[in-house]
Amino acid sequence: MSEVVSFKLSVRQSTGHSNCGVLTAFSAASASVRRGPGAESLTGPGLGKMIHSLFLINCSGDIFLEKHWKSVVSQSVCDYFFEAQEKAADVENVPPVISTPHHYLISIYRDKLFFVSVIQTEVPPLFVIEFLHRVADTFQDYFGECSEAAIKDNVVIVYELLEEMLDNGFPLATESNILKELIKPPTILRSVVNSITGSSNVGDTLPTGQLSNIPWRRAGVKYTNNEAYFDVVEEIDAIIDKSGSTVFAEIQGVIDACIKLSGMPDLSLSFMNPRLLDDVSFHPCIRFKRWESERVLSFIPPDGNFRLISYRVSSQNLVAIPVYVKHSISFKENSSCGRFDVTIGPKQNMGKTIEGVTVTVHMPKVVLNMNLTPTQGSYTFDPVTKVLTWDVGKITPQKLPSLKGLVNLQSGAPKPEENPSLNIQFKIQQLAISGLKVNRLDMYGEKYKPFKGVKYVTKAGKFQVRT
Amino acid sequence: MSSNSFAYNEQSGGGEATELGQEATSTISPSGAFGLFSSDLKKNEDLKQMLESNKDSAKLDAMKRIVGMIAKGKNASELFPAVVKNVASKNIEIKKLVYVYLVRYAEEQQDLALLSISTFQRALKDPNQLIRASALRVLSSIRVPIIVPIMMLAIKEAAADLSPYVRKNAAHAIQKLYSLDPEQKEMLIEVIEKLLKDKSILVAGSVVMAFEEVCPDRIDLIHKNYRKLCNLLVDVEEWGQVVIIHMLTRYARTQFVSPWREDDGLEDNEKSFYDSDDEQKEKTDKRKKPYTMDPDHRLLIRNTKPLLQSRNAAVVMAVAQLYWHISPKSEAGIISKSLVRLLRSNREVQYIVLQNIATMSIQRKGMFEPYLKSFYVRSTDPTMIKTLKLEILTNLANEANISTLLREFQTYVKSQDKQFAAATIQTIGRCATNISEVTDTCLSGLVCLLSNRDEIVVAESVVVIKKLLQMQPAQHGEIIKHMAKLLDSITVPVARASILWLIGENCERVPKIAPDVLRKMAKSFTSEDDLVKLQILNLGAKLYLTNSKQTKLLTQYILNLGKYDQNYDIRDRTRFIRQLIVPNEKSGALSKYAKKIFLAQKPAPLLESPFKDRDHFQLGTLSHTLNAKAAGYLELSNWPEVAPDPSVRNVEVIDLAKEWTPAGKAKNENPTKKFYSESEEEEDSSDSSSDSGSESGSESGEEDEEGDSSEDSSEDSSSEPESESGHQSDTENRRAAKRNSKTKGKGDSKDGKKENEKSKTSDSSNAESSSVEESSSDSESESESESESESRKVTKEKEKKAKQDRNRLATDASLLDLDDFNPVSTPVALPTPALSPSLIADLEGLNLSTSSSVISVSTPVFVPMKTHVLLHRMSGKGLAAHYSFPRQPCIFGDKMVSVQITLNNTTDKKIENIHIREKKLPIGMQMHVFNPIESLEPEGSITVSMGIDFCDSTQTASFQLCTKDDCFSVNIQPPVGELLLPVAMSEKDFKKEQEFHG
Repeated sequence: MSEVVSFKLSVRQSTGHSNCGVLTAFSAASASVRRGPGAESLTGPGLGKMIHSLFLINCSGDIFLEKHWKSVVSQSVCDYFFEAQEKAADVENVPPVISTPHHYLISIYRDKLFFVSVIQTEVPPLFVIEFLHRVADTFQDYFGECSEAAIKDNVVIVYELLEEMLDNGFPLATESNILKELIKPPTILRSVVNSITGSSNVGDTLPTGQLSNIPWRRAGVKYTNNEAYFDVVEEIDAIIDKSGSTVFAEIQGVIDACIKLSGMPDLSLSFMNPRLLDDVSFHPCIRFKRWESERVLSFIPPDGNFRLISYRVSSQNLVAIPVYVKHSISFKENSSCGRFDVTIGPKQNMGKTIEGVTVTVHMPKVVLNMNLTPTQGSYTFDPVTKVLTWDVGKITPQKLPSLKGLVNLQSGAPKPEENPSLNIQFKIQQLAISGLKVNRLDMYGEKYKPFKGVKYVTKAGKFQVRT
Repeated sequence: MSSNSFAYNEQSGGGEATELGQEATSTISPSGAFGLFSSDLKKNEDLKQMLESNKDSAKLDAMKRIVGMIAKGKNASELFPAVVKNVASKNIEIKKLVYVYLVRYAEEQQDLALLSISTFQRALKDPNQLIRASALRVLSSIRVPIIVPIMMLAIKEAAADLSPYVRKNAAHAIQKLYSLDPEQKEMLIEVIEKLLKDKSILVAGSVVMAFEEVCPDRIDLIHKNYRKLCNLLVDVEEWGQVVIIHMLTRYARTQFVSPWREDDGLEDNEKSFYDSDDEQKEKTDKRKKPYTMDPDHRLLIRNTKPLLQSRNAAVVMAVAQLYWHISPKSEAGIISKSLVRLLRSNREVQYIVLQNIATMSIQRKGMFEPYLKSFYVRSTDPTMIKTLKLEILTNLANEANISTLLREFQTYVKSQDKQFAAATIQTIGRCATNISEVTDTCLSGLVCLLSNRDEIVVAESVVVIKKLLQMQPAQHGEIIKHMAKLLDSITVPVARASILWLIGENCERVPKIAPDVLRKMAKSFTSEDDLVKLQILNLGAKLYLTNSKQTKLLTQYILNLGKYDQNYDIRDRTRFIRQLIVPNEKSGALSKYAKKIFLAQKPAPLLESPFKDRDHFQLGTLSHTLNAKAAGYLELSNWPEVAPDPSVRNVEVIDLAKEWTPAGKAKNENPTKKFYSESEEEEDSSDSSSDSGSESGSESGEEDEEGDSSEDSSEDSSSEPESESGHQSDTENRRAAKRNSKTKGKGDSKDGKKENEKSKTSDSSNAESSSVEESSSDSESESESESESESRKVTKEKEKKAKQDRNRLATDASLLDLDDFNPVSTPVALPTPALSPSLIADLEGLNLSTSSSVISVSTPVFVPMKTHVLLHRMSGKGLAAHYSFPRQPCIFGDKMVSVQITLNNTTDKKIENIHIREKKLPIGMQMHVFNPIESLEPEGSITVSMGIDFCDSTQTASFQLCTKDDCFSVNIQPPVGELLLPVAMSEKDFKKEQEFHG
């Protein structure tokens, strides 16, 4: 395997530096030579693809877990990560892909933890990112939360899981149903029993799913009450401009299922208006052809909770915006105060109540404090992060909730030129805003009669009002 | 949940507590290494004792603590001897944890690690496939060079294992061994070659991974498996899909000619991107140009399309890059929707996807234009996402949407995130240069920003304005004057440098201001940034040349300052300028041209996207993200001018079936002979292939079951033509199907021979029928045909008619007349549609047990209702016959399989004297016919039963079904499953058998 070692010359780009006349060419001496990691180690073949090592790092920068699938990589490789973290203004801005002299670091940020994986060779970055998220999902699934404490408490299970999920850096078993057969999740009962009998929480049989064509389902599922529940959850992503008109809006939906059915049920779910769904992504269990030809979701479900589909409603349909916001935020020139007045009301809500309303505002840095009076709910202002959170609750059309008052600014500082955007959260029960309706659910392959249920919820997704 | 963890903690609480205690003491008392060392020693002593105790619970506790230490990155290597002893522990959890430990430390303690090897070697022979697999996993993960031969052997054995799960692990082990000892490459390639032929969806992803790792340049290994991989792709697990798609992308670029038309500009007719009816367009395309796509090329593009709907972002991206790199440009449009969908995902996925969209949007704007609004920036997006979105918006800007975009940009400029505001200004500049209609609007907008309160915004505006002015050297004196004033207030070096350069360039347009600026700058020269100093020197030089009267002294002064500057760049520049502009005796010819040199017309800067040069990297790769070639990056080759021979992808047997001539027959005889002789030689050699034989049967059953119950992939791929109604692809598919059906016949017959062979030698229990090679090629052809079984059905009828004619001609060569088989029946009809894998395992057992000495026949659990066509009413002049296997002991003889034949009269006349004649049976085969039927009324139907002794083979029984007036040649070919006898067997016996067969 002879690799071509490439040296890439790249002129460091400082803005506007490039074209200041002929003579600037001389100052290009600052050209930096960047070379691919492992350039010299490339002569040896078989670097091993995919994920080499994984480090879990908490917010304060402690590496609290490491796992290596090949030769051990020193913790010091994380220094490059810390360096990048320092450079970034906040955690959100740490670049997911970092190049170091001998390795590449691909990281994700989840639940206040960094999952940093070490890579040595070319690999699709999304492959690693998606996998790391799958790992985090699995922890969430096993321990109820994906936190440092939970991981530290269950370090042995975490290790066993990581061992099963990756072999030589290549994903082996990532389906939660298979993993749960291999390694049982911790429960109070089991750990008590284990400590008495000395039995373990490691399964000794090969998960049947591993071998079948339906790897997501385990065999021999039995329930006394057979139930199938579907949650249709739709989120409205929108940008509303100053004048209240919609700049951009679309509906993103998911159908989450909780299936507790014995045996090998074969379900088909049909919609009243399947044409609404513009772009759909499926759980692997769904038969694609059936959808293509009949617009019916036909599948043998995994056991338990899972996301059946996620979809986007075609953008041709006008999206109903269920709330409106009246706002007037102003800062006076040359004085250390401003006014803040926000009223929120229902609009196109199809006769349903809008509840769980929260307004979050990232105020400009010069804001010192806010003295506001809400007609409903309560508000908090964090003077450090400058985040105003107004927990409104339910909107009653008779008395529209509003939040009014004064804003104290740092004296002497220039007034902020932009008004902050309002981020709004809300929830409408029993309504799918797109109008999507489940028609029926049929079950084949099993004889019993399951209990079926569908629930609709509409929520605000990334719902932003510019002021 | 905290209660859970609490409970869990309690279980191993003691251990962790002490460990934490240790940690505390070690950090508290940094008094000396000695204290630390002794406490460590003590703790490890205690762990050693626990490991040596008799109680599993103590051992388990100890192992858990050790794993905790490993997880924290602490050294636990000195416990190696104590831990390695437990490698043979009965307790599976202890065992697993020991494995974890071994893999971590074996490299450091090679000698001791060897102690554990025998345990793994034993485990490799374990009847439990889980244990076999994990033993192989650990054995191959121990990086001890001494055991390379053992690993090689283990991999070879595992690659031929019965269980696809073990074979999958073998594929993983290949990579590990390769990285341990690259010398083994050739041998490993052999194993890869073999595993590539594996048709299990479990193995496919892993073996392609190994291929990419070990021998990515051996593209020839892929040819024969190309179609199979394309067809399996939908069912492979998601990670495998990514790897296979990337590999196939590279493959396609070397094997097919470019589907991109020459006149395909960057923006080929934009409308066509959004035509929902791709196919129609394709047809028109076809008419226009002589290019026709290789059916295999089309197959790949078609079979990957459903994966755009995957929930896994990596799969979607992989398909997107495949479409981008190998599909006709008019079809790539479908990926944009899916990519935009990924933008809803977490920030890391967004980051990568946006980068790729940025690269794509430079080349083909049209693709993403309808989704323009999806790239609007939210104030809550992280900065890196914002700038990428901005980049895409800029790429998508055109005359039609620029006004909307500029309005949007106005909001961004005011953003609190100043870095982002600055990026927006750059963007506005780029839009202004790209779209001439808005240049003036943008310029005036930017000038307004010069009075912004934020310095970063102002500085950025200055820089951008400078670039814009450079492009239109028209009269912008006012703006320059305004900017000259800014020099007093602005401090950002880049901006100051830009202003100075601008004044220098236009010094003749602002003759009054320029010398004054120079004067001010001379005053502050020493305190300026290097960047600014260079521009002061430039300004001085330019003024010296144009207006030496006023500025001669000032320039000399500045040059003197520059001469003693700390920065060598500046000293250099000073020397250079002095020589060039100040005339002295030494100055050469150049100084004559000084004015031309300094005041030449400079080309306007091209404001380009930073993603401009990324397109030479394959999309979706790490190299693309980094914009630098990553180690191990495989270059995507350019399309070949002329396509390499497409027939290399045909599986051998197809070739033979295709050229069906007498010569072909002769050719066919050869392998058959060889086949027999070979099997004699190997009569009592290794036992693995009888396994694989039986396995291929049961596996095909599995696939069959899938086809029946869930209409999964095999049907998916074949029903495609209907849904897509592609004219060309339809016919092409049919062609492929036809070819396949022939293969099928061939494959089966080969199988049949094997079966036959088996029966002959079945008295010796480890009978051998064929080499492994042979059987694997069989199974391959079978999988090919199965995957398109549905399409085969479509063409079946036609085929049959044609064949029947030939049938009559072929009188005595039936044994070799391979083409005569009717592909009527699907290979194996298995019980219950949704059969659980455990049942399959049972069946495997049954298959094996035929050679066992204890046989107790049981009643079949399930009898399929499936009937097969014996004679179609169209070809039978109104007489239709169907047959089925009732799975009952045959009353005519215990070696016979009972067959039920249902005869239907679809004519409006009586059919008389239906009977069987002219049996053409292979040697050894026997048949018990039914009694002639006197007459069959119109619309009447009658069921008769007969018995056929197939000699345990799948060879066809050919005979003639005759009525009073006509004779019809028909044949019955038994699926393997129907030849089996249901047997009851104790688990012990079964295990014994299984062990026996390895």
